[in-house]
Amino acid sequence: MNGQLILFALLAIVAVVCGIMMVVQENPVRSALNLVMVLFSIAILFLTLNAAFIAAIQIIVYAGAIMVLFVFVIMLLNMGSGEQLVDRLRPLGLRWVSAVIALVLGLIISWAITGNLRSAPAGTTLSPALVGPREIGLSLYAANSVWLFPFEIVSILLLVAAIGAVMLAKRRI
Amino acid sequence: MHGIQPGVPLGYYLTLSAVLFVIGVAGVIVKRNPIVIFMCVELMLNAVNLTLVAFSRYQSTLTPAGTLTSPQHYLDGQMMVIFVMAVAAAEVSVGLGILVSIFRQRTSISVDEIDLMRG
Repeated sequence: MNGQLILFALLAIVAVVCGIMMVVQENPVRSALNLVMVLFSIAILFLTLNAAFIAAIQIIVYAGAIMVLFVFVIMLLNMGSGEQLVDRLRPLGLRWVSAVIALVLGLIISWAITGNLRSAPAGTTLSPALVGPREIGLSLYAANSVWLFPFEIVSILLLVAAIGAVMLAKRRI
Repeated sequence: MHGIQPGVPLGYYLTLSAVLFVIGVAGVIVKRNPIVIFMCVELMLNAVNLTLVAFSRYQSTLTPAGTLTSPQHYLDGQMMVIFVMAVAAAEVSVGLGILVSIFRQRTSISVDEIDLMRG
């Protein structure tokens, strides 16, 4: 039992418990706060995987921007009575069906994981290098990089999404 | 390049992300508020991100020695995570815009009452 394993276990417990609480809660604001906890623990898990830049992006973009957008829309739509926003779960029969579906999916995934990891070839050991913005930038913007073209495509996608969001939410253009 | 032994096996990370993904799937089925359904989709995307970063970290132990020549190749998983985050941001902005416009017309956003496209 080493320190890394203890840290991983703590973060995994926080993530799973907060994820379950997010689904069980009836108030959307509490669901959002539980999701923020899950996102933070996943960010620290990224740090344990030597992905420092991804961890920072996770906190800034997900826990910062996207969750603020969620909470903002929840508050914006809370114009009528408080009853409107309370989220009743589906009836008990459908809840059991969803539990069975989730369990079957989890079994399939765990079967795939255990079956494939056992036959994995043994390569070199891990390198201790932390991946920061410099390595990410070199991989993203180098002239012979394979990620340069997807980067341009994603910029077009974000532009289209911004225009679409304005078109959808505006009353009259 | 001196290496170290992994403290946590790769399977643990994969199992955790599988559990988080399954929680997201159950939430999408169970919940009725589309905002919370979006949150469950975000949880599923994050579980996949965790898988990608874990594989990019453990890639050197999974491929036979000498196969990966350039050190840039170890970054591929993390690059994919960046693109997944960009697509998730676009999806959330468009989806929440749709919800706001639906709420403006019907003053209710329960997924059981939005059946305009029923055949």
